[in-house]
Amino acid sequence: MPLYEHIYLARQDVSPQQVEELTNQFTEVLTQGGGKVTKNEYWGLKSLSYRIRKNRKAHYSLLNIDAPAPAVAEMERQMRINEDILRFMTVRVDELEEGPSAMLQKRDRDDDRPGGRPDRGGFGRGDRDSRPPRRF
Amino acid sequence: MAIKDLSTSQARRPFQRRRKTCPFSGPNAPKIDYKDVRLLQRYVSERGKIVPSRITAVSALKQRVLAQAIKRARFIGIMPYAVS
Repeated sequence: MPLYEHIYLARQDVSPQQVEELTNQFTEVLTQGGGKVTKNEYWGLKSLSYRIRKNRKAHYSLLNIDAPAPAVAEMERQMRINEDILRFMTVRVDELEEGPSAMLQKRDRDDDRPGGRPDRGGFGRGDRDSRPPRRF
Repeated sequence: MAIKDLSTSQARRPFQRRRKTCPFSGPNAPKIDYKDVRLLQRYVSERGKIVPSRITAVSALKQRVLAQAIKRARFIGIMPYAVS
């Protein structure tokens, strides 16, 4: 069976418990279609970089899926109907990653490199129009 | 003659800089992941645009992978399309 990473965004006014219920509901759809969910992460209420359907924040959930394509298609169909779901994205991957994803590891990594170089904001250059390629 | 002179003068430019190597190639290079905002943030400008590889020295193959990852991150709302 193909492997997928699936992320969905739920509306900010729903409670974390309701998000969990949604996850269970969609997991059920997948298991009925003959697949399984190998990992399920809840990233919490995060602020969005831009407004999506007038929302400034959203609950993020990540599912690692091992399921046949029709089951995933059915889950996506139900997500489109559900009004609490702002957006979802399914990405097919060659292998599912174990352990917490980069989103949840973020804080640990800051401690990893105390002497690391400070974040340079986008290479210290503003945007400029295209210029001729530089010769090295 | 003229061509030869040009090449030698170029090799001795006063402002010569060593060519940086691709940050995603070689051993213990970070894996490009659309969920890793901190990593991707380094390859976009303050306005949120993807920085060209001639500035960041990312290899052509990795630049394509990176651009795809940034676009995915934008779609799920963890990175901006444009910063006004």
